[in-house]
Amino acid sequence: MTASALPQVTKPLISARGITAAYVPDRGTQVVAVDDVSIDVHEGEIVGVAGESGCGKSTLGAVLSLNAVAPLHVLGGELEVDGAAVDLSNRKTPRSWRGRVVSLLPQGALNSLSPTIRIRDFACDVVRAHDSKVKRSAALEMTRARLEQLDLPGRVLDAYPHQLSGGMKQRVVTVLSTLLEPRLLIADEPTSALDVSSQRVLVDMLREMVHREIISGVIFVTHDIPVLNTIADRIAIMYAGKIVEIAETRELIDRPRHPYSAALLGSVLVPEPHVRRTRVLGIPGAPPNLVNPPTGCRFRPRCPLRMPECENDPPHAGDSFHFASCFWAEQHEGESAVPALRAATEKMSAEEAIAIDAATSAAAVGDAGTIEVER
Amino acid sequence: MSEPANTGDLLVAEHVSRDFGHGEHTVKAVADVSFTVGRREIVSIVGESGSGKTTVARIVLKLLAPTAGTLSFDGHDVTKLGRAGLKAYWRNVQAVFQDPFSAFNQFFTVRRLLERSAKLDATATRGGRIEEALGHVGLPPETMAKRPHQLSGGQRQRVMIARALMFAPKLLVADEATSMLDASLRVNILNVLQDLRNDLGMSILFITHDIGQACYVSDRILVMSKGEIVESGPTDDVIFAPQHEYTRRLLADVPKLHEDETSLGSASG
Repeated sequence: MTASALPQVTKPLISARGITAAYVPDRGTQVVAVDDVSIDVHEGEIVGVAGESGCGKSTLGAVLSLNAVAPLHVLGGELEVDGAAVDLSNRKTPRSWRGRVVSLLPQGALNSLSPTIRIRDFACDVVRAHDSKVKRSAALEMTRARLEQLDLPGRVLDAYPHQLSGGMKQRVVTVLSTLLEPRLLIADEPTSALDVSSQRVLVDMLREMVHREIISGVIFVTHDIPVLNTIADRIAIMYAGKIVEIAETRELIDRPRHPYSAALLGSVLVPEPHVRRTRVLGIPGAPPNLVNPPTGCRFRPRCPLRMPECENDPPHAGDSFHFASCFWAEQHEGESAVPALRAATEKMSAEEAIAIDAATSAAAVGDAGTIEVER
Repeated sequence: MSEPANTGDLLVAEHVSRDFGHGEHTVKAVADVSFTVGRREIVSIVGESGSGKTTVARIVLKLLAPTAGTLSFDGHDVTKLGRAGLKAYWRNVQAVFQDPFSAFNQFFTVRRLLERSAKLDATATRGGRIEEALGHVGLPPETMAKRPHQLSGGQRQRVMIARALMFAPKLLVADEATSMLDASLRVNILNVLQDLRNDLGMSILFITHDIGQACYVSDRILVMSKGEIVESGPTDDVIFAPQHEYTRRLLADVPKLHEDETSLGSASG
């Protein structure tokens, strides 16, 4: 599925370096939800960002789309879009920027449509918010053309949101948020509330949009790695506010190099024969509370492959396009972490697992931000 | 555990239906459904939203009366039960639901929460029972002093399972019990369920929209669509050789990790 060209030779569409963002409450300690994250998206590329609840993936999406509003503050980092620097600390984003340069499709967007307004009025709003001179009829015509281009029925324009199914609603908001042909679409958990059939249709539509150059790149934020397998060219795995590994989709799924990536992939239950045959081991413990993250490698307290040096900040093994941030990965170049992780996890005694569980969960994030909820 | 009368299936549902609404607005949430849950068996009901799987769970839990059909448990007809009958039934059939975040009273410690449940069963000897139940789900006794906010989602759900276990039920109904948990924590819960079956001989009715989880945990799968069971059978048959058109379509849409089995050598070690 990863048939894209070699993005290394093309110029990055957006390039983020050292992004650090924190939730700063009026009282109490700040929570650094995204810590020194660098990520590139190249022309025509779909980059998946995966991780568990509370790892900072939605926050990253908000920052990159300049939607960081208090109490979320950007503490540092640089963002370039098409080679031009964007001031992340400046609160006043030009209005033309959103939706035209970068568009954010937030989590649960399908439920954000006002129940008393027809879809066509949303469409007009979106177009005319950016250019008030556009005639209503022209805006509608443009939307209708776009819907037809993507094989969606034009009649949805006349519908109220409640007349559309969940899957159709999500497709419609996706079309609306890309009406102005933004360079980059940041889609936050767009498939999570949908059943598998609607997921597939939405994924196909997003690929079609990139193929037809309606959008030039996508950052697809999700907790669902199998979905990324069907859409992403590259996958970034986040843990506790940091990107721990980035690699091409096939590469990451077949040979994850960071123990966390390996463990996460190992806990994915897909209807495949190997899932029936083996006892999946999971990961003991829970992700850390970001108020007080562990020093050194943040996965260390739960990592079955931890070593003494892991108390220091982990190195970047690889280049910015393709790396694992881990001592083990550095020492075992080009090796998959899966066999070593499985062996180490099996060796771990039940007492040890319970101890890790107790130690890490005490400070665990209580509520879950991005979780899969049955509709 | 009391020795069951080891004959026949534990739970037998025959031609069970449930309608909602009246007249032309009648919705057949469950339409003429028959199935069994054997002793020491994990049975999954899979289906999309609105397929009626939760209605089946509520009927099995006796939280909802069926419009038609009969339900028998451990050889006894339990379609209609009085107050005392229900109490005895719930001693044998316990449930774990979807949301471990709202199932707790924030101000209660785990001990207080579990003791309140234990009080419902006069035969329960308190302290030891609670510790034993927590042990089954892999939680240390110190957990009893904790409050919900000190526990992760996975631990909360395990406390909810421990709560159900204090009654040593014969059947545990898990309705989307792992859907709100992250992948790494979810696996631990599913392993706990399998251990309960293996070690305590419990039967489990596992209800989910996630075919991957059903495939991992269950012995037998029932596929529901629009209130009907369209296919049922051993997990391997249903998942890897589906007969019904609906099951095939559902399985085709589920995203996979590996396109073919050849790449699995490295993955499963």
